[in-house]
This record gives sequence, C-alpha cells and structure tokens, in this order.
Amino acid sequence: MTQLQSSAGRGSGATEPGVDQSGKKMTFGEGGLAFVFAVLALSCITVAAKTHDAAYAFHAYLSAFASLAAVFVILNRYVDRPAALPALEIDGKPNYNFGPVKFATIAAMFWGIAGFLVGVIIAFQLAFPWLNLDLPWTAFGRLRPLHTSAVIFAFGGNVLIGTSFYVVQRTSRARLAGYLAPWFVVLGYNFFIVIAGTGYLLGITQGKEYAEPEWYADLWLTVVWVTYLLVFLATLWRRREPHIYVANWFYLAFIVTIAMLHLGNNATIPVSVFSPKSYIVWAGVQDAMVQWWYGHNAVGFFLTAGFLAIMYYFIPKRADRPVYSYRLSIIHFWALIFIYIWAGPHHLHYTALPDWAQTLGMTFSIILWMPSWGGMINGLMTLSGAWDKLRTDPVLRMMVVSVAFYGMSTFEGPMMSVKAVNSLSHYTDWTIGHVHSGALGWVAYISFGAIYCLVPWLWQKRELYSLRLVNWHFWISTIGIVFYISAMWVAGILQGLMWRAYTSLGFLEYSFIETVEAMHPFYIIRAVGGVLFLIGGLIMAFNLIMTIRQPDLAEAGTGVPNPSLVPAE
Amino acid sequence: MAEAVAPKKSLWAKHAFLEKNSIWLVIGILLVVAIGGLVEIVPLFYLKSTIEKVSGIRPWTPLELAGRNIYVREGCYNCHSQMVRPLRDEVERYGHYSLAAESMYDRPFQWGSKRTGPDLARVGNKYSDEWQRQHLADPRSVVPGSIMPGYPFLAQTPLKTYEVADDMKVNAVLGVPYSEAMVTEALADLRAQANPDADADGLKERYPGAQQRDFDGNPKLLSEADALIAYLQALGTMVDFKLYDDKANIR
Repeated sequence: MTQLQSSAGRGSGATEPGVDQSGKKMTFGEGGLAFVFAVLALSCITVAAKTHDAAYAFHAYLSAFASLAAVFVILNRYVDRPAALPALEIDGKPNYNFGPVKFATIAAMFWGIAGFLVGVIIAFQLAFPWLNLDLPWTAFGRLRPLHTSAVIFAFGGNVLIGTSFYVVQRTSRARLAGYLAPWFVVLGYNFFIVIAGTGYLLGITQGKEYAEPEWYADLWLTVVWVTYLLVFLATLWRRREPHIYVANWFYLAFIVTIAMLHLGNNATIPVSVFSPKSYIVWAGVQDAMVQWWYGHNAVGFFLTAGFLAIMYYFIPKRADRPVYSYRLSIIHFWALIFIYIWAGPHHLHYTALPDWAQTLGMTFSIILWMPSWGGMINGLMTLSGAWDKLRTDPVLRMMVVSVAFYGMSTFEGPMMSVKAVNSLSHYTDWTIGHVHSGALGWVAYISFGAIYCLVPWLWQKRELYSLRLVNWHFWISTIGIVFYISAMWVAGILQGLMWRAYTSLGFLEYSFIETVEAMHPFYIIRAVGGVLFLIGGLIMAFNLIMTIRQPDLAEAGTGVPNPSLVPAE
Repeated sequence: MAEAVAPKKSLWAKHAFLEKNSIWLVIGILLVVAIGGLVEIVPLFYLKSTIEKVSGIRPWTPLELAGRNIYVREGCYNCHSQMVRPLRDEVERYGHYSLAAESMYDRPFQWGSKRTGPDLARVGNKYSDEWQRQHLADPRSVVPGSIMPGYPFLAQTPLKTYEVADDMKVNAVLGVPYSEAMVTEALADLRAQANPDADADGLKERYPGAQQRDFDGNPKLLSEADALIAYLQALGTMVDFKLYDDKANIR
C-alpha cells in the first residue's frame, strides 16, 4: 500500500496548475470503490495462496493485480481531477461522456479480430487435425468456446455496451449517469472476458455451451451487469425527451433479460472458494431445458434484441430517414421479446425432453418468424426514399445487407425448428451454417456499420479515412460469408443424409467415419471463407486507425463548433 | 418518429405511458419475458412423467465422476453428443434411445448439440480399454480418417484426487443420492476402482455394476486417462434394456 500512496503522491505532483482544486472532496463512490477494490485485492491474494489449482491461482493473482490497478487509477484520477465533477451541461448543451464508448469501440474491434482469428484456426483444425498440436491448450475442445465467447461476448458485448452508452445519451440528450460507474462497466466487462477466455485455455469451464465461465467469473459479471442496468436506467431518468426512443426499449430488454438468463443458467454451488469448480443446481433433463432457455435467448436477446437496437438508431441516422413505422416497432418489440423466450426447446427435439415441451418450442419458433420479419421490414423500409444511398454509401449498404441476412436466418431458423427438418439438420454442420449466416451476416455486419458510423462521430472526424476500403471490406467479407454458409449447408445436409442412408438390404450404408471424411472439402471451403472474413476485419481495423489519426474537424478548418452537433453523414 | 402523435383515444396512444416511464417499461419487459420460461421449465420439476422410472441408474463412482470432470474440462461436448434420438438409424447405429433417467445425476448435462464425432451416450463397453487408450493418445492410429485432437497428456498426468470427496458432498447437497459412507470412502473407492488387486467389495456394494480394473494399463500411475476411460466405459451401461419396459413409460 505504501507504493500505492507514493504513486498517488506522484500523481498529485503532476497536476496542472490551472485546475481548480479548492474545496475538493472525495466522493462516496471514489472512496467506496477504492476501498472495495483494496479488500478484493487482499481476498484474491488469500485465495491464490491457499488454492491447490494452479490455473485458479493465476486467476486470483490476475484479479488481485487488476484490483490494485483499479485502486491506483481511482486515487490517481481523484488527485488529478478538478474539485467539481464534470458538468452535466455546458452552455445548455449536454456534456456527453464518450470516453467509455471509445474504449468499448476499440475493444470491440480488437476482440472481433481475435475472435475471427480463433475461428479460422479451429476451422483449419477440423480440416487438418494435426493443428491441434496434441497439447491441452490448443485442442479444439478448449479453443471452440474461446472462439464463441470472443465473438459473441467480447466483440458483440463491447459493441452493445459501447453503442448503448452512445445511443442512450444522444436520444435522451443527457450525459451518461455516474462518474466512475460507466468505466466500471466497460473495464469490468472486459476483465470478465479476460478471465473467461484464459480460463477456457487452462481448462476452467462449466461445460455449458455459451455459459462456460465458472462461478467466480459469473459472480463478477453479475455485479458488472447490474451496474450496467443502473447506469442505463439512470441516464434515461436524466432524459430531456419525454419519450424513451425505440432503440432504448430494445437495449433495456436485452440488459434485463440477459440478467435473468445469466442468473438462471449459472445457478451453481462452488466446491469451495478455493476451487474453480462448481456444480449446477439443475441436473439432466431440467438442466438441458434451462441451458437452452438460456442458450436460445442468448441468441434472442444478446444477438438479436441488442443489435435490433443498433438497427433502430444507426440505420435511420445514416440514411437520414425516420424509422418506417412507429406502430410496427411497438408490435415488433413486444411480440419479439414475448415469443423468443419460448423457442429454447427446439434445440432439444427428439431428446429425452418431454414431447409437450418440444412441441411448444417448435410452435413458438414458427410464430417467431412473424415478429422477426416485421422488424426486418421496419428496418429495410426505413430506406424508403433513400435507396439511392446504397450505391454511394458502403456503410449504409453493409447495414442494409445485415438486415437482409437477418431476414434470411430468421426464416431458416423457424424452418429448422420444425421437428421433421430438425431430425435431419440437428447435430450437423447445417446448424453451424445457420448460426454463421446470422452471426457474420447480421450481427457482425450491423456492428461493422455502427462502428464505421461511430468512429468519426466519437473522434470528431469529418468522415472515414476511406470509403473505398469500406467497399473492399464489404465485398471481401460478403464473399467469405457466402463460401462459409454454402459450404456448411452442403456439408450439413450431406452428413445428415449419409447418417440415415440405408442399403437395399436394409443396413446402414455408411459408417460414422465415412461421413466425417466426406466433410473434408467443405471444411476447407469454410476455412477459406473465414479467412476472407478475417481479412475484411483487418481492412476495417486499418481504416479505423487511419480515421482516428486524421486531423480533427476543428484543425481541418471545417469544424462544427460543438462536437455534439456533428451530423450523421 | 413523426407518427408518434396518435389520436388520444387510440390504443397506440396508451403505449406512450410505457415510453415515458422507464420503471414500468422494465416491469413490462420482465413480465413478458418471464412467462415462456416459467411455463416450459417449472412443470419439468413436478410432472412425474418427466423422468421415467428405470432400475439400474446409480450415481457416478468417484473415479467416473473425476473422469466426467475431465470430459467437461476438455470440452468433449463441443463435438460429441450424449443423446441417442428415437430415430431408426440412430438406434441401429448407437443403441437404445437415451432415457431422461440416464442423465438424472449429470451436472451439467452433456447431451451436446453437434456430432463432429459420433454420439457417446452408449459408448461404454463398446471398445476395449486398450482401444480407448490408443485412441485418446493418437486417434488416427486406430481410426485413420479421424479428425479428433490427440490427448497424449492424459495418460501422463496424475489424477488430482484431493477434491473428489468435496465434489461428491456438493452433489449430495444438490440431491444426488451419495450417502455419507460414499463420501467418506470416496478416495478409497476411487483408488480401488483403478487397481485390479484392491479389495473392491465396498465399492461394488455402494456402486452396483462398477467396473474395476487398471483402465490406463499403467499400474504405476493413477492418471487422468484412468478416470476418463472409466467414465467412458460406464456411459450408457447402467440400464439393462433386456429388462426395460418402454411401454410402461409412454409419455
């Protein structure tokens, strides 16, 4: 602690003389949070010293280090800041807090590329198994959760947190609530990602798909998530608009429902505080139902509701047109969130789950087609009168194509949830193809579009460094997606048909391994598609870096006086 | 959003209440998203037909449980399902379709969602220990077309046993019928199962049908391969389907 104090002391020495520090008091939040982190650091060191598990000890040390860093940052920030906290308004205009949004945007780009890269690696592992290297840390079984978590929770999660913090401020015309809280959400969430990802590599997992992080990571995420909800709500309470904008309904549904699902599916009892291992309170068939209630609605609320919020803000903004229909958005919202929750059992067709639950899941999955397409129509028709912009604006084109992919995969999903179709498609790569048409085509494209919009807005640049590069990104990754999903459709249907093929004498025609060997060419095509998608991501990262390095609006001499008035071009 | 100004009496105008009151909006969302889950999940805990009555199902032995935790740790569920569906080709390929009772003590369930490799619900006693050992260490040495990663380190890594009794205690708290004797004898049972020369009367009394032998073929080391192979060899073997009456359990 002495080291900390001396560091804090150095911080005060560096304070600029112009900053008014008279009558400065530490807020309850600053003091409280610094204290909590100090206690957390001590507890983590105790756990690290007492556990038998090396990987768990590593996590405990990492947490202790992060907690100490948090104490230092909080104190240093206190010492350096003026006595008054940032004003809510300057000259009658909201004093927006875009720091956390910037961080989340960069983190999203970083994790996105990391996640695509791991995806490419595991795709090649399926084609060339020696790439598993016979090591525990590099085997497919550990890397696959790393890929799914990196793209869904790290890339997607940062996009959602970043855009939600941006949209809620702009549509409420109010500064983000909380002084440290938004930073706690953004940094705490990314720390969760680090713990989760390193845990998979070291063999710490709950063994539940898309909910692999163990109990301590889950607890930490719960704290972060509740803070996220409070920051979001408290910002809404500050709003200077009478109505809450439609995008914020979707963000709220996403935040609230993910909290519910997270708590339900991660209800575990740890073996001890000194062990990373826990056991889930649900078992067997009930655990399966809870898992897919969670799993399908991670799709429904994380990957759909949250990104629909992005659609409802960024497409109208970029196209400079109002949302097509207000009434349709009301129906879309309530129907979507009500029906989605029921669809989980379609992941368990023909299993030991009772038939009544399977039938319910299938029925609601088919009904779900309607709100999904209602939302798609609302998004696409927003371009009425602005369709010509698709020719000239590759960013808008990316977002519109993403909504088209959304329509396609929300048609495919209900179709695959029909039991007869599912008996063929389930357990095959068709599912993987379906997921990626949604994940690459819809989630990633709407995210790319939003980030392409956000970066010039946040860093106050006139426009992107290069629209031509956006065009290249668009076409390269679109070809990549087409390779990917068509290869997986063929592979999945082929494998499903081979599994159930009979000879004229009534014997199974193929051994299992023959069906594996038949997948080889498609696995290569899929991996190539993934490489193209990754290249697209790298082009985007380059474009963004160059955009941020451009001279500011003001310096370029074409500046708009107040940054909050930067138009959405 | 210009259309937002709807006539006062229209039902659409009522929605403005939710648009202006964030707390009611949150409550509305919670209510709407709670229904589906409640209807689909809660009955599974009290409808007796959810899990059929079957004789032969017992909790995992300490060694099998340790093996199962390795199965979970290595993420085997990413490529292997443990759920045979009642479809003709699956029943002919893998064996009797899976019963809910067969995974009633599984935390977490490992039914899986993808068959990059074959289903493992009934893999128990299908291959020899020797085959399993070689296959785990170098899958392509026994199945040339296999794309499974090799796990040669399992046979060289000593099994961590310090936590197995605690593992069973937590499972017992959650309702798995591990008796007090099972917990206190956990370590002894674990060692006995992997040692063909040990006295296993207690083990076999507590866990009927448990297989006792040196699973990894290396008497000098109680390895992770011992535990994992013990688990694999027990998968799907607990129910005697010659005696199982599927008509009695039609749901």
